[in-house]
Amino acid sequence: MKVAVCLKRVPDTTTKIVIGSDGKSIDENGVKFVPNPYDEYALEEAIALKERAGAGETVVYSLGGDSSQETIRTALAMGIDRGVLLQGAGSADGFEVAKTFAAELKGGGFDLVLFGKLAVDDYNMQVGPMTAELLGVPCITTVAHLTLANGAIEAEREIEGGIEVCTCSMPAVLTIDKGLNTPRLPSLKGIMAAKKKPLEVRPVHVGVGTLMVSSLTLPPERLAGRIVGEGPDAVPALVSLLRTEAKVL
Amino acid sequence: MTTIMTQAHPYLSDVHLALRDQVLRFVQDQVIPVGEAWEDQGMVPRDIFRRMGALGLLGIRVPEIYGGAELDALASVVLAEALGHSTFGGFTASVLVDTDMATPHLTRYGSDAQKAAWLPSIVAGDTITAIAVSEPDAGSDVKSIRTRAVRQGDHWVLNGAKTFITNGVHGDLYIVAAKTALDGKASHGISMFMVEKGTPGFRVSRALKKMGWLSSDTAELVFEDCRIPVENLLGEENHGFYAIMDNFQNERLVMAAMAVGEATKAIQLTLDHLRQREAFGSALWTIHGIRQRLAKRAAETEAARQLVYHAAWLESQGLECIKEVSMAKAFCCEITQGVVYDCVQFHGGMGYMRESAIERMARDARVLTIGGGATEVMFEEVAKRL
Repeated sequence: MKVAVCLKRVPDTTTKIVIGSDGKSIDENGVKFVPNPYDEYALEEAIALKERAGAGETVVYSLGGDSSQETIRTALAMGIDRGVLLQGAGSADGFEVAKTFAAELKGGGFDLVLFGKLAVDDYNMQVGPMTAELLGVPCITTVAHLTLANGAIEAEREIEGGIEVCTCSMPAVLTIDKGLNTPRLPSLKGIMAAKKKPLEVRPVHVGVGTLMVSSLTLPPERLAGRIVGEGPDAVPALVSLLRTEAKVL
Repeated sequence: MTTIMTQAHPYLSDVHLALRDQVLRFVQDQVIPVGEAWEDQGMVPRDIFRRMGALGLLGIRVPEIYGGAELDALASVVLAEALGHSTFGGFTASVLVDTDMATPHLTRYGSDAQKAAWLPSIVAGDTITAIAVSEPDAGSDVKSIRTRAVRQGDHWVLNGAKTFITNGVHGDLYIVAAKTALDGKASHGISMFMVEKGTPGFRVSRALKKMGWLSSDTAELVFEDCRIPVENLLGEENHGFYAIMDNFQNERLVMAAMAVGEATKAIQLTLDHLRQREAFGSALWTIHGIRQRLAKRAAETEAARQLVYHAAWLESQGLECIKEVSMAKAFCCEITQGVVYDCVQFHGGMGYMRESAIERMARDARVLTIGGGATEVMFEEVAKRL
């Protein structure tokens, strides 16, 4: 079982985001970066699949600057065998990122390539399926349950009001939803072992593409609530406001 | 998460930084959401020790052959500081007594057979340790202990009482100091023993009720003709006093680091409160007097933090550091008193309510200047070396 995981370094979701002076990127000063939480499910699944198979290799790929090495080390500390940093600036255009990953993964002999279902920074959800297309392999997105048998994949996706079961053959690309597993925390032994695991740095050039970020704005500050009255007497006023002001009725 | 806790530091390696990240995450996910129940129960569940054991967090200082990571004093400081961010001082104390106050006696002075017998289960979190030195009439003045151990054939017979023993009620393995020689220098006649829970003649006489640290169990212990096999003598006979003094360095470092972690977290919680809470038309955080005072507390905390890191670095390099460690223990723990006092004040009425973390943190912090070497004792150690 040879499994690749594509990992993105993202700001911690509890970090207070400040928009940079260019108005279209975030100010990284003082921001804590973490592995994309959905990618952690993918990492856990890769490690568990290899453990269950009893043999194989797990490799983590990440596109980004040198700081992404720290994120890769976290994956290695969890138990991934080796890491590859695709060193270069990312692109807002998921297609360009997918082309970069596909070029690296092609010929790697992977049975599975795993992505998180989305990156919590840009919410694009595109790179996984596009990479699958470029590799010419099937793709199942938002996998919440997974069964492998004799080179065949059966995956469950949580869809509106039910569960969809999909099947395909390996090799394949899967994007992973939360709920598939509980990602392990790296142990201290894992952290120390990670220092000795191979981490290859390969410079890449990512095209600019056609999709650009033109500006970023923070969500508006939540306005203070208003109490329109108390008891049944307040209901007409409340309904009227919900109609005319909030426009939710 | 404060930015302080994501910064690199010249004394910290990549492993230290990764350890810090993981301990903070563990505390956030597995301690903060459930710690309140431990306060009510008066103890930290065994399961949490086992989970910490599985992550390697209980064996940071233990040799690799016994399942530990064999890291240095800086790693202990990183652990203690990050645990301090849990807001549950009792939990933090319970863990640190196990990892950095009791177990080091075994790691440093135990025979190979003793280490092989106990360390793997301590590292796994299956065996919880306690250190029993203090007595009703002897705290920092270790030479005055009155618990006696007398050799009788293949056994030592212990008689005496111990008090204020953290992990004392629910611990499994107790490292106990007792007098083994009454003639000659008082510092010479003390020895250390390992006493297992359940040994006849050894009992927990009382679980003590405390002002804070409610999630840790604290006990009074009694030894009445408690017979323990000779192989449970830990280290050299009559050399226990020196072992205790040696280990005080590590103990004091982690207490200082724990204090700094708590102070940092208290300031962070207070800042969150001040930014949200409005009075007289604007956020409290716009009030000059409050901003200035909290900023000063933050500066003091950061200074204290750098001192404890420096003292730990000296220790990790094997350099003389009793003065610096004593300074750090006194300074960090005293600074933290002022920090939590102001933080309760800035929380207003909520700061006095049991449901707020800061109320608990203020109660928990009070013992820091008393336990593990009172401030006055620490400054005397400093004064002797000026």
